[in-house]
Amino acid sequence: MIRELSAAEWQAKQGRFVALWTDQNFAYALYHPGELVFVALEQGGYPALAHKGAGWFMRLARDLNGHVARGFEAAPPAIDHGAAPDGTSPWPNFARHPEEGAHQVAVGPVHAGIIEPGHFRFDVKGEQVLRLTARLGYEHKGILALMRGKSPSHAARFAARVSGDATVAHSLAFAHAAEQAAGLTPPPRAVHLRAIMAELERLANHTSDVGAMAGDAGFAFLDARFALLREWLCQAAQAGFGHRLMMDRVVPGGVADDLADGGREAILAALSAIEAELPSLRRVFEDYASLQDRVVGTGLVPPDLAEAYAAGGYVGRASGQRGDARLSPGYAPYETFALYVPVEQAGDVAARIKVRLEEMPESIRLVREFLASLPDGALCLAPEPATGMGLGVAESFRGPVWYWLRLDAGQIADIFIADASTLHWPLLEYAATTSILADFPLINKSMNGSYAGVDL
Amino acid sequence: MVWKTTIQHLLRRAAPALRPDPALAKEMRARLEAAAAQRLGRALSIRHVAAGSCNGCELELRATQTLIYDLTQYGLSFVASPRHADILLVTGVSTRNMAQALREARAAMPDPALVVAVGDCAVDGGVFKGSPVVLGGTKALVPVDLVIAGCPPNPAEIIAGLVTLVEAHDTKMPPKPKILPGMA
Repeated sequence: MIRELSAAEWQAKQGRFVALWTDQNFAYALYHPGELVFVALEQGGYPALAHKGAGWFMRLARDLNGHVARGFEAAPPAIDHGAAPDGTSPWPNFARHPEEGAHQVAVGPVHAGIIEPGHFRFDVKGEQVLRLTARLGYEHKGILALMRGKSPSHAARFAARVSGDATVAHSLAFAHAAEQAAGLTPPPRAVHLRAIMAELERLANHTSDVGAMAGDAGFAFLDARFALLREWLCQAAQAGFGHRLMMDRVVPGGVADDLADGGREAILAALSAIEAELPSLRRVFEDYASLQDRVVGTGLVPPDLAEAYAAGGYVGRASGQRGDARLSPGYAPYETFALYVPVEQAGDVAARIKVRLEEMPESIRLVREFLASLPDGALCLAPEPATGMGLGVAESFRGPVWYWLRLDAGQIADIFIADASTLHWPLLEYAATTSILADFPLINKSMNGSYAGVDL
Repeated sequence: MVWKTTIQHLLRRAAPALRPDPALAKEMRARLEAAAAQRLGRALSIRHVAAGSCNGCELELRATQTLIYDLTQYGLSFVASPRHADILLVTGVSTRNMAQALREARAAMPDPALVVAVGDCAVDGGVFKGSPVVLGGTKALVPVDLVIAGCPPNPAEIIAGLVTLVEAHDTKMPPKPKILPGMA
């Protein structure tokens, strides 16, 4: 569903705002569950939107395309660091917090762990965080520009590398958009294989992230065991699909390859091993007061704020939001598998852990059922060189990933990518202020926004 | 509750523990002992800097620390500051926005130091080669001693690469004196 609005309608539009971007002639805004509206650009600008989540997108549109959101001119750049060709760039001015006794702590872009780059500027008073400003853009590679002028089949390699931890979900959302633009329906076997990969990816990220959170809270044992569960999944993915992260396996039109011989057995064995271990690991989480003490009430995201930002994934679902792109707007093959989506209300680190722990057995069930009902038939249809517009979504482990693209004679004329993290970063900035500085690594891990996925 | 959990754990452990390929681990340990024990005193600290990756390489770097690959058994470990590091391990394409931070991280390391570029992006920019904001791999910013290709390279390949690096660099890293000055 797409329609053109006048400037006044554009600004008055209500709904769950998902993303905003511009092309040469128009500014587009996407609302849940897939309502697309656009307004004509006037003198390189468009009226600013007041939705909470729109800020980053409007800053990004100015950095990427030079289009100004009128009424939002004062906002700092998103990914443009003003870097000289040799990479040197001036630091922006981070205004001091007015409270007496407040001071600033600067962290990054190089962090202490094995983690992506970003800069965090904390205003603190003693231990308490008063304000957090995240400066992203360090991983900006110009992905959108690289994808333009290429065929969807060629550009799929970029979609698979927007955010490596969600490579299947990004490839899937991109394929959904490209297939809609080309009027193509992928074969049923491909749809099932895609869903198997997507659930394995969700499971792999949930296990290692939950372990890493326990590790940040001082429970090395849980970290080690959960990392092992992830490793089993990576090895099963290697056996089944020929790549530990299943990169480049989902392509426009279907899947690149069939499930390998022995892949089914490897995947089922990994699922059984994880299922056997999960209850005891979960009990450790629930039994140990010192662990609960670190996560309960830490990094709060109140439900009304999650609602205002249309937070998805475990960030939204831990704060009372019911959204899951697999159900709404929904895509094949989930509609016939009675998907269970856990929802919590507390909005703290503990709730986000709980949501992810509950999604694990559900993904295990789904993969088993997808494998048991795997249809026979073709794996991939060759996309015709089409002209048209497409909007695609896939639920990554961290929330919905949206792709919009316009094909012109089989080539991508324009494209935009909205990772769920884009709406989650401002929530992290808020959540940090509900706790002390020492809790920030734990809170950051519990939201686990993608840096690469928003820097593009 | 701890003893109860422990007993349940012992009784219900269903899956056989996965182990690294024993022959491979033995061979790598032997190679490393020969090279590193003499040259480096068997303590190699790695500082990782992500300079524009998709975060896939980071996942596999973290996997090198799991129970299966257990990087520390080879005397290699990740540290939190370049000041503590012998090896700078870089992932990603070297974006323009990370250029300054990467150069500063290298400059903060005590010499002699080695630089390893991990993943196709760090080799030459990978699929992102040619973008105006991509400088084209680690070598565009700092001299590189070893590249470990792959998209992403798997944990075993990363470890094998690091062991090879230690073996190969006998001229760059001077042997540690057997007897410290003043001790004879």
